[in-house]
Amino acid sequence: MSKQIKLKKGFDIRLVGKAEKKIGEFQPVKTFAIKPTDFIGMQRPKVIVKEGDTVKAGSPILFDKKMEKVQYVAPVSGEIVEIKRGEKRKLLEIKILADSEINFEKFDTYTEADISAASREKVIDHLTATGVWPQLIQRPYGVVANPEDEPKAVFISGFDTHPLAPDYDYLLKGQSSYFQTGVSVLKKLTSGKIYLGLSGENKSSELATIQGVEMHQFSGPHPAGNVGVQIHHIAPINKGEIVWTINPYGVVQIGKLFTNGIYDASKLIAITGSEIKSPAYAQTYIGSCVDAYVEGNTKSDHVRVISGNVLTGEKINRDGYLGFYQHQLTVIPEGDYYEFLGWMKPTAEKLSYHKALGLLSFLFPKKEYALDSNARGEERAFVQTGVFESVTPMDIYPVYLLKAIMAEDFDEMEELGIYEVIEEDLALCEFVDVSKHPVQEIVRKGIELIQYS
Amino acid sequence: MKFLRDLLDQQKPLFQKGGKLENLYYLYEAGETFLFSPKHTTPARGAQVKDAIDLKRMMITVVIAMIPCLLFGIYNTGHMHYLAVGEAASFGDKFILGLTLVLPIVIVAYAAGGLVEAGFAVVRKHPINEGFLVTGMLIPLVVPATTPLWQVALATVFAVVIAKEVFGGTGMNILNVAMTARAFLYFAYPAQISGDQVWTYLGDKTPVDGFSGATALAVAYQSGQEGVNAVSNLASHNAAVMDDMFGFANMFLGFIPGSIGETSTLMVLLGAAILLFTGVASWKIMLSAFGGAYIMAAVMQLMAVNEFMAMPAHYHLVMGGIAFGIVFMATDPVSAAQTESGKWIYGLLIGVLTIIIRVTNPAYPEGIMLAVLFMNVFAPLIDHYVVKANKKRRLQRATV
Repeated sequence: MSKQIKLKKGFDIRLVGKAEKKIGEFQPVKTFAIKPTDFIGMQRPKVIVKEGDTVKAGSPILFDKKMEKVQYVAPVSGEIVEIKRGEKRKLLEIKILADSEINFEKFDTYTEADISAASREKVIDHLTATGVWPQLIQRPYGVVANPEDEPKAVFISGFDTHPLAPDYDYLLKGQSSYFQTGVSVLKKLTSGKIYLGLSGENKSSELATIQGVEMHQFSGPHPAGNVGVQIHHIAPINKGEIVWTINPYGVVQIGKLFTNGIYDASKLIAITGSEIKSPAYAQTYIGSCVDAYVEGNTKSDHVRVISGNVLTGEKINRDGYLGFYQHQLTVIPEGDYYEFLGWMKPTAEKLSYHKALGLLSFLFPKKEYALDSNARGEERAFVQTGVFESVTPMDIYPVYLLKAIMAEDFDEMEELGIYEVIEEDLALCEFVDVSKHPVQEIVRKGIELIQYS
Repeated sequence: MKFLRDLLDQQKPLFQKGGKLENLYYLYEAGETFLFSPKHTTPARGAQVKDAIDLKRMMITVVIAMIPCLLFGIYNTGHMHYLAVGEAASFGDKFILGLTLVLPIVIVAYAAGGLVEAGFAVVRKHPINEGFLVTGMLIPLVVPATTPLWQVALATVFAVVIAKEVFGGTGMNILNVAMTARAFLYFAYPAQISGDQVWTYLGDKTPVDGFSGATALAVAYQSGQEGVNAVSNLASHNAAVMDDMFGFANMFLGFIPGSIGETSTLMVLLGAAILLFTGVASWKIMLSAFGGAYIMAAVMQLMAVNEFMAMPAHYHLVMGGIAFGIVFMATDPVSAAQTESGKWIYGLLIGVLTIIIRVTNPAYPEGIMLAVLFMNVFAPLIDHYVVKANKKRRLQRATV
């Protein structure tokens, strides 16, 4: 029987434009890209292909000189059409024009017995050479796991509570046997446990029958689905400890690699947001160009296209590429307008966690909002207290932690729990903040200070 | 609105870098953002949408919560005047007289503080802080209507500079700014803010026989000195002009002498309701402070060695500025304790200290001012220990 954990703190950002559970009709996507900037902590990216080269799905195209063993591979077969660099020749995107039929690199296949007989080293060599390794993320710091480490445990969150997040049951439909194989592989990596967090509201999860994991059911508002929050409630990370996390998609990908011998980067993504005409799911591959989903499918032209969700996502161009770890595209109105007396006008059209004068959204607890990207005021010193704590279901004082980071006080950061959080865990603080601090940016700055100190 | 927007856009280059008035950019910005919320959008990475709240909206909520106290204070200023001089007057007369006395104080407080705020914004190159919207309204409400305007201006300037700007502006201050202003007046010009004569405006008229301008606290304190029952002494006070002026019910309603905004516990509670409903102020601080005051007063009553101590505990809650101080000053989020458990301790001690100062300090019968300032200073210490407990939990976990 799985353990129940009820979380009270948090806030659900209810938005218009949830994806309907069907595969939408979209033009086929032509190009795909791997963006080294998606891999936080990648220090010295090195491209090993040239423009004009042809690759198969699973061919190495990139590695980090600081962690040479881990290969980053092509999600699809085709031709490398552009290696895009930015200022100071920073590597931005490696674009691949996909073949109409995907050719796969051939890797070894494993039966369950092969997996249990294989040594840890052999499994790690296989995972790092075939491109699935970057799915493993290390905590603390939220960076790609280091194959040299042995984690205390591996954590998987089986659901996503972010705004307009895809339904993981729909994404993983019919893939539970691959997931099961993936779990068997993960068990090789740690002498500790594999933890799987499921939604307490959804009793019939696709993953509810998975064996060999310790299950916990989390209920409550966002960020209940964040793996960091789940770790905090199951077995918090202490100084000096390392755990790994992996998205269910990654577990399935590992399962497919061992079962079928291919690097299968196909994935379902949710096309969401108030500006999308017909929000639905789409079948594509990692690093998909978003133009096919955006062109002709938006209600207006003045939109912001976001790789990921509105809390933790990243703004991309209309012909940009979805991030490596993303399962969601969100399109919202761009908010670059002035508003007359906007700071005191009563409104029920804008969502607020607060109830200060004229903020009426609390009267409509079920209403879905079409929010835009307006910053809603200017940055100020911290004034309001107690709010960050009320949306952070962890035994952490976010304001004190953020102040310690701003003051670059290393001991204080450690003592206040910097090892337990990454950006997404405090993203809600950034949303509700009266003083409009760039909370996630501050958190990453703190992590980098600690990591490289 | 298009006209206003166009006007602002036309003037903008003057204030931007390279413009003639670039030094005054933050003044322009304050005006611009007051009229129009800016068109900034969220950065490429991080939260792409933001909550509709901002600091301006939060601060204006507090100002709105003070309006019942202000309106009542204006009326009561006129009401007490006509009561004291023994003339009958209509509601309108009382209100207009009150307005002519109170409005200048409000304007002077806003103007003096606003100038300091703007000056610092220009010199230190930071945006004008919305916190001043609240301070500028609080200061008039905690002084008597007879306070000379120059004293209001001086106290405001002192408080904004010493209590706030030297620390870096709103959000960085240690002491509540408005309480600092009042403390400044109290210690610098005691003649104009204490005693029996300052609470009621008389103008050039003489009070009727038997009228005393003493506050309820002063009367209660006097009872202790003279050894007469405090409640009956309060009830018979000013019998010449009004029945039962210092009865519990009338003190709760607020038709009594006192600082402009503090007399009516009812209006303060109305403001408290607004603050609590909107979630702007902490209910923990309010509840624990009122609770602390009541408990301490009850303890005093049990251990009573004089008639003031023997006064029923609930009388303390409607006398003087305790209700106003707890609701509007103690809950100032910047100078209060910032941790949730810390807020309980902070509020409780404010309540307890207020009563101790009131009852045992012969120099000054009202204790809320010093209690709030004292606890402002101690709030970081309380927080330090609450946060330390959190660190300790984390540390202990590591060794297990």
